[in-house]
Amino acid sequence: MATEKINMPQLGESVTEGTISSWLVGVGDKVNKYDPIAEVMTDKVNAEVPSSFTGVIKELIAQEGDTIEVGELMCYIDSEGGTSNEKDPASDKKEKIEEKTEGNPNADQSMKKRYSPAVLRMAQENDIDLEQVNGTGKGGRITRKDIEKIIASGEMPKPNVEQPLREDEIHRDQSKKSTAQIPQQTAQSGDIEIPVTGVRKIIAQNMVRSKQEIPHAWMTVEVDVTELVNYRNQVKNDFKQKEGFSLTFFAFFVKAVAQALKEYPQLNSAWAGDKIIQKKDINLSIAVAKDQELFVPVIKHADEKSIKGIAKDIYELATKARSGKLTSEDMQGGTFTVNNTGSFGSIHSMGVINYPQAAILQIESIVKRPMIVNDMFAARDMVNLSLSLDHRILDGLVCGQFLARVKEILEGINKDNTNVY
Amino acid sequence: MPVMSYIQAVTTALKEEMQRDEKVFVLGEDVGKKGGVFRATDGLYDEFGEYRVLDTPLAESAIAGVGIGAAMYGMRPVAEMQFADFIMPAVNQIISEASRIRYRSNNDWNCPITIRAPYGGGVHGALYHSQSVEAVFANQPGLKIVMPSTPYDVKGLLKASIRDNDPVLFFEHKRAYRLLKGDVPEDDYVLPIGKADVKREGSDITIITYGLCVHFALQAAEKLAEEGIDAHILDLRTIYPLDEESIIEAAKKTGKVLLITEDNKEGSIIGEVAAIIAENCLFDLDAPIQRLAGPNIPSMPYAPTMEKYFMVNPDKVEKAMRELAEF
Repeated sequence: MATEKINMPQLGESVTEGTISSWLVGVGDKVNKYDPIAEVMTDKVNAEVPSSFTGVIKELIAQEGDTIEVGELMCYIDSEGGTSNEKDPASDKKEKIEEKTEGNPNADQSMKKRYSPAVLRMAQENDIDLEQVNGTGKGGRITRKDIEKIIASGEMPKPNVEQPLREDEIHRDQSKKSTAQIPQQTAQSGDIEIPVTGVRKIIAQNMVRSKQEIPHAWMTVEVDVTELVNYRNQVKNDFKQKEGFSLTFFAFFVKAVAQALKEYPQLNSAWAGDKIIQKKDINLSIAVAKDQELFVPVIKHADEKSIKGIAKDIYELATKARSGKLTSEDMQGGTFTVNNTGSFGSIHSMGVINYPQAAILQIESIVKRPMIVNDMFAARDMVNLSLSLDHRILDGLVCGQFLARVKEILEGINKDNTNVY
Repeated sequence: MPVMSYIQAVTTALKEEMQRDEKVFVLGEDVGKKGGVFRATDGLYDEFGEYRVLDTPLAESAIAGVGIGAAMYGMRPVAEMQFADFIMPAVNQIISEASRIRYRSNNDWNCPITIRAPYGGGVHGALYHSQSVEAVFANQPGLKIVMPSTPYDVKGLLKASIRDNDPVLFFEHKRAYRLLKGDVPEDDYVLPIGKADVKREGSDITIITYGLCVHFALQAAEKLAEEGIDAHILDLRTIYPLDEESIIEAAKKTGKVLLITEDNKEGSIIGEVAAIIAENCLFDLDAPIQRLAGPNIPSMPYAPTMEKYFMVNPDKVEKAMRELAEF
């Protein structure tokens, strides 16, 4: 037997940290090498961390919800076979300190946040911040007596927002990017409180980052896709029968965007602080919603694929996303995002750029409208393409040219000159 | 103030009431010449004679029925069931007649009978001499059920029961008869039926119980006091109708409530106590309401080991109290 460390593994090319969404094992559990021990969420993907050893879990260092940098300690395991490397004295010392904290009788805090009706009521009536109260009950539970003592002492820990901020607290708050000056929202009776965790939290972080960092600008063009619609409707039943999946409009749009990006590589780039990186590969991120979650899997080398190939990729990625089977690989390497907002019925939207890409294109709903063709009214299938661009990387001119090119490609699609294969 | 055993308090109350009111008479199996199998009516036959201390046949429905009839005609009978287990043949008389007559006759008739019965286990009495039967009667409006825990309460409550103008079931714990002793004033006092009594003031946990279990709780509380656990103990004394006000007050006092009965857990009277607390005290509760009771099997096994397993005892009470205090 030897005590080994299990550290946060590298879960993706650009992943620097992961959040432990849940431990799959507890202290004392026996695990085999490669057995999953924890579910970890990165800003790309949910993944399982495999055990590096066969043995018995000794101590979980990281808590659920903790964000751990790659290479940082997650837990200790008593491994079988004793293939432990010699420990350095520093880690020995660290272990000793941790053992000491383990000896603390109040170490079990599993009941810390289980509030009884009495405790909740008294805390609310006296405006006590329960987060700051130490419980003397079983598992660290805060008992009614604990609250009674606090009330009797008159020193009630108030929620942070009402405390005058001290110098060091202001600093801490800034580092957390919290908005200390805004009064905290509280739920009224009948309201539902949904904790922000998991994918929701990551979506929130990414959106805030994108909106705060990227100076967004927007542009919309209108495209006449009557011929495209006719062609697609003509072949879609045959296609479905032959291929087993649907030929969506979205595949045509993705194809057109990939083609136009080849001609305007400025839009296929990323902001890197002191430079702009123009990507060679054209990997198109597409947004797929699943219940409360949003995934952005990637169609690799979209410029090298036929419309059928793209339709197949879309079908497979969407199926994987809805069944929760997307891998980290599926989500990596996107260079530009195409978003199918039309599927929700939207006719105009202003997308938030998928950081650190340069732009995002929203394909809106195809709507039949009266248009003037050759000085006569005609019923035409019209669609809006809304582009959000990073104005640090791109300007109106090149984006206008890009959109004009996409429009030209789409309006040129008809049954005579296009083949989905 | 004289110190009396629980059963001496019963005898004293009967004697004083018979002296006080000549309408009071006792009837039951072997209550006369023998003075009762537990000696509860000892000396009454000699003092009051065969017409006021009646030996009856072994027929509980007749004991109850005769008593009920006499009560409706203005007498104050005290009927004795030799063991509470044997009250079953009299259930129809007690429930359908005694408890209903005031309602059924639109207040023209009433039935001031007291039915005494020794109940409870821990005396190596096996199946038909150990049961707790109060739950059978505890949802019959018109009836009162008194279950005292101390000699002092026995005297005051038995007198009150005899003087009450409606039927009262007076259950005496047979193990308490000679086990418990206490101060009993000589004067003619009565205690209110329907009022619970705080037997110990405390601030950490609330115990609500009745009968012999009150003593188990008091013993455990003394032990736990050394560990700094301060128990508040409420003795229900009357289990039907329940003293809701006192129950709510006691539950709110600490927010951690342990209910104890020797009866089978399921359907016992403490379930009703739990319901009262749940209805009224949600925002004062600091822990789930706990129940300590007999298992849901027929009481009581004869084998001493199994009897011990079934019975509530001070160790079980202490353990349950400590767990609740630590929660």
